[in-house]
Amino acid sequence: MKSARAANFTRSLLVNGILAMVVILWLIPVIGLLVSSFRERFDIQTSPWWGVLPHRDWVETKTINPRELGLDANAPMTVEGITATFEELRIGVEDGDTRLIWIGNRRLGTVQVQEKKWTATANLNLENYRQVLQGTDVEIKHSDGTLETVRGDDFSSALLNSLTVAVPSTVIPILIAAFAAYGFAWMSFPGKRFWFALVVALLVVPLQIALVPVLRDFAGLHLNGTFLGIWLAHTGFGLPLATFLLYSYIRALPRETLESAFIDGASHFTIFTRLILPLSVPALASIAIFQFLWVWNDYLVALIILGSDPKTRVVTMKLAAIVGDRGQDWHLLTSGAFMSMIVPLTVFFLLQRYFVRGLLAGSVKG
Amino acid sequence: MATPQQTAKRQQPAGNPIARILRFGLTVLILLIAFYGLYLGFLFLREGDRPKWFMALAAIVWGVGGVALLYYLFNSLVELLPVKWTTRLQPLVFVGPGIALLIWFLALPALRTLYISLFGRNGPPTLPLTLLLSAPGEYFAALSTQFVGWNNYIAVFTDRLMLGALRNNILFWIGIATPLTVISGLLIAVLADRSNFERAAKSIIFMPMAISFVGASVIWNFIYEVNAPGSPQIGLLNAVVVALGGQPHGWTNYTAISPWNNLFLVIIVVWLQTGFAMVLLSAAIKGIPEEILEAARVDGATEIQLFFRIMIPYLMATIIAVTTTIIIFTLKIFDVVWVMTGGQFGTDVIATQFYRQSFINRNSGFGSAIAIILLVAVTPVMVYNLRRLRDQEAFR
Repeated sequence: MKSARAANFTRSLLVNGILAMVVILWLIPVIGLLVSSFRERFDIQTSPWWGVLPHRDWVETKTINPRELGLDANAPMTVEGITATFEELRIGVEDGDTRLIWIGNRRLGTVQVQEKKWTATANLNLENYRQVLQGTDVEIKHSDGTLETVRGDDFSSALLNSLTVAVPSTVIPILIAAFAAYGFAWMSFPGKRFWFALVVALLVVPLQIALVPVLRDFAGLHLNGTFLGIWLAHTGFGLPLATFLLYSYIRALPRETLESAFIDGASHFTIFTRLILPLSVPALASIAIFQFLWVWNDYLVALIILGSDPKTRVVTMKLAAIVGDRGQDWHLLTSGAFMSMIVPLTVFFLLQRYFVRGLLAGSVKG
Repeated sequence: MATPQQTAKRQQPAGNPIARILRFGLTVLILLIAFYGLYLGFLFLREGDRPKWFMALAAIVWGVGGVALLYYLFNSLVELLPVKWTTRLQPLVFVGPGIALLIWFLALPALRTLYISLFGRNGPPTLPLTLLLSAPGEYFAALSTQFVGWNNYIAVFTDRLMLGALRNNILFWIGIATPLTVISGLLIAVLADRSNFERAAKSIIFMPMAISFVGASVIWNFIYEVNAPGSPQIGLLNAVVVALGGQPHGWTNYTAISPWNNLFLVIIVVWLQTGFAMVLLSAAIKGIPEEILEAARVDGATEIQLFFRIMIPYLMATIIAVTTTIIIFTLKIFDVVWVMTGGQFGTDVIATQFYRQSFINRNSGFGSAIAIILLVAVTPVMVYNLRRLRDQEAFR
């Protein structure tokens, strides 16, 4: 009995330990991004982000001017009891816990005395966010006190554009899908089976198939680059799944409730708005989260329909543009990426329950 | 039992026919005013010379409110008609807009793309339809100058870049990314089921699902970042490699190991999608009756045997569903590849080729043929879904 309990304990330790490691592995990429977004540009480019954690590293204790000591850089020199040539000092000469390193050129450089100590290069602030969010010129104060004026990346207006795209692109298709789902579930009309089969068939159609013709139509209607255009596109592409899921849900609502409402003389429209919509809130919520995350995170449709006009550019476009143009500007990329993630992550963590429910409903049927 | 049709009579407004016609006319008038108002709103939004937040708010009110208003007005109009017409036309008000959008944005484009794919660079020439009626011979002669038949499809399967893209989609995205995602999702689901912090762990594994592919590309670009050998590596992967005595590389553009540099893109998608597989499989695991597992344990089955002999067969339906969903998803993979490498260094996929051919090279015939290949690839799933729908309906 005792050995069985011990085996159980070992097993539980093993399971929890492995899972904890996997979870940490999953989190590290995001933590790296988040930590870096608060670091200064120079720090990000010269030292790794995990340097903000306490670690042992060489820390400068004092700087010696070799000319004041009358040293000649062309011959071996003795500093702090260590004798070395200029070339050796350039790379750094170690002696136990001390290190000497020559900074600068042969004629004007200085010798730095470093010691190995516990340290953390935690110099965190919100400057990157200021620079990435503002649309106007931003004055950046460096750690050495100098000021630099740079053009802001205007993420705030990209975020607003994303909201302007995402909110109607979520509400409109769900509204249209809800009307259609009610029609399929509770009305009779010719060709109902055919039209519903069409909805099901279109569930898996890749949207690539639609892009060229839709772009041509939009060019004719002057809808390219407009919010209306992208709302329509997201509505069309999101409709099959939304209609299908809502149909399954509305269909399963208790028939008696609806029939008694009909007997009381309510019209379809009244029943739909007063009875079906309130009853469908859980389904509507999970579909809304799906669609919102999908639209917010979409890159392809925005790329093709909105393009890179700053008036309508969404966050994914803006971020991808920085990756392409200035892929080394990690202080902007990290803070920009985090700004683009903050809205979907908030939605996700607040409404996770509905999201998971929607996923399960979709998979059982699909 | 009362049907909607029988009871619909009650909702009809009482009153003489003239009053009804007047009300009908008024509703039509309101509808026209509404259309005009929405059109003015559209012009106002297209100008866009007000502060950004105001425009955003106005756009949202205009878009969402406009759709709701149109439904309301059209329905009022239909309800004012005689009962027979109300029952006939109301489905059109409810289902019509949805169907119309589906046809405009998905069904017709599929056919049009198929048509375009049979033509050369610029697609079929735009000819006035009247020409077809007045001089059909001339019409078809003009079409045939651009007609290339199956040539675009032959090109899809012979073009060097396209073959590379097909290889990557099949070998790396379907062959490696998909099973890796499903297997890691399954293992994590099983581990989480037996752990003491299931909810927190699942939440974190699932979290990347909320992140855009562009955002994820930035995150992983940072992990793969490379500095010159000798200077400190700020990318996590290269820091580990250098600490272990290796040479730092740019990984995704490391053409010396091509095509295996695709694996570094695969890792990103596995990181993003494992949560999806895990959530579905985890729900299925909860559905395995505890008695079966207990009985097997009493009979002396090891945990490994339990996993392979009982859990896997029990989860098979879910595993297939998840695998299918991820295969469909990886077939269309675009954002990650486009942002990380732009399809260079031998990492092209079908969707990046589609984008490049259709929108950069402006070769719409070739691009459309690629899109049709994608459609054909998902057709078995479509047929399966339709079969299931038919079976369900037959059951009723």
